[in-house]
Amino acid sequence: MNTIARPLERLGRRTVSALAELGYAGMLLLESVYFTLFGWRQGQPVRWRAVAEQMRQVGVDAIPIIAMLSFTIGVMLGIQFIAALGEFGAESQVVLAAAKSITREFGALITGIVVAGRSGSAFAARLGSMVVSQEVDALAVIGIDPVRYLVAPALLAMLVMVPTLTVLADFVAVLGAGLYAGPQLDMPLTAYLLTTLQHLEPRDLWEGLSKSVVFALLITLIGISTGFAVSGGAEGVGRATTRAVVLSISAIVVADMLFSFFLNR
Amino acid sequence: MSTDQPIIDVHGLEAWYGRRRILHGVDFRVMPGEIRVIMGGSGSGKSTLLRHLLGLQRPIAGTVKLLGIDVGRASAAERLALRRQLGVSFQGGALFTSMTVGENVALPLREHTRLDENTIRIMSRLKLEVVNLGGFQDLMPSQLSGGMIKRAALARAIVMDPKLLFFDEPSAGLDPVVSAELDELILQLRDAMRMTIVVVTHELESAFKIADTITVLDQGHVLLTGSVDEVRNSDQQRIQDLLNRRPREVEVDVDDYLRRLTEEQT
Repeated sequence: MNTIARPLERLGRRTVSALAELGYAGMLLLESVYFTLFGWRQGQPVRWRAVAEQMRQVGVDAIPIIAMLSFTIGVMLGIQFIAALGEFGAESQVVLAAAKSITREFGALITGIVVAGRSGSAFAARLGSMVVSQEVDALAVIGIDPVRYLVAPALLAMLVMVPTLTVLADFVAVLGAGLYAGPQLDMPLTAYLLTTLQHLEPRDLWEGLSKSVVFALLITLIGISTGFAVSGGAEGVGRATTRAVVLSISAIVVADMLFSFFLNR
Repeated sequence: MSTDQPIIDVHGLEAWYGRRRILHGVDFRVMPGEIRVIMGGSGSGKSTLLRHLLGLQRPIAGTVKLLGIDVGRASAAERLALRRQLGVSFQGGALFTSMTVGENVALPLREHTRLDENTIRIMSRLKLEVVNLGGFQDLMPSQLSGGMIKRAALARAIVMDPKLLFFDEPSAGLDPVVSAELDELILQLRDAMRMTIVVVTHELESAFKIADTITVLDQGHVLLTGSVDEVRNSDQQRIQDLLNRRPREVEVDVDDYLRRLTEEQT
């Protein structure tokens, strides 16, 4: 009896707690939107200064690493497409292949993964340690809603900065691809970039950007809800940080696949 | 507010963590201008009671009224208005580590008032002077000693001139001199600002020094609420155990004991 009941019970518990977490993240999202729009009416305004500070941390500070990685990815794509398409003499299609795969897929994905590693973990660690040291309680009793003060600015900043970083990543990656593939195709860099622009449709950019908005939501909500759920001191904070990164990268990859599937039917 | 209205009125408060019952129908009233000490050993439920008083946890049964407002049923706006009249100094200080001491103290003023920057600066420095931390406003919390953190947290708690001040474990982790200074500070605050103060502590000496009245909690029950002398002279066994630092006698129920040993894990 027990051999059947035990795993079933565990499965049930896991399901319930996963659902509870999903609901919690949804509630954080709704409350953040509410405070952003109507918070000032209740004396709980979302401060632009806090949003700007978060934008610097998640966005501006991530520019060097994202530029470097997307440049590398761009060069790598250039090499692979030249090799693969060269096998059946379709080198001229390299520009098109690189342009579409970067704007639709790689720009957003690289940005998402880097931001998840940098900021998703930072959200979890910061909120987790604030929970442990009772700073979140202190905010609440001072009369500052923790969601308004800690969550809404982070969410707004992410929703602005992740798409912005994605555009940057797109550009740098195309540049990287051009720097490698251009000489192979006897094409100056400017001509390569102009051809890329001719091939690109607005739809390609939108696909990447809409993905990046979803990634921003996923990273923020996963990082913050794991941070708020911390218990058990420093060890708990460490565990939450790891969990936030692993969960948000998995969520990004799965969401990316689903998006690609539905947008390309 | 008339003096015969209690400023805190808790009735039949129950609290559970999972299947463990933490508070058993606690009744608790504090009159304005009083210094009330909540005393009890570890696991007596005093922290849980405090969390309910602060509205950080909703009561499962019973009511918690502060300044005449039912915390469990208050609207968001009412709760916000109430919290502006409370000050809380947490056990570890709970200063925001990303801000300087001065910014920590100024935060409630910045968020809740429309005072200009100069007034805010002067008011927060004034409160730092009250707790003998004048000139420390530009340090970060990590640069302060334990006693200084508690005093800075106290300055932040009183910066809005609250009617009601909560103090969680003022002397935990401090040397006797510093903790005596904090006791003195609490007494001064009551006399100078006419605050009602609730202190949670397990330090007997400091409790007897500052308290007007003491509530003794044990395993989720209120054993006694009374003056310092009433508590000292109480003939209840548990209270005398607490006062004389006697270990409690553990009674073992044989059946229970065997069940605990042999029970399969759930």
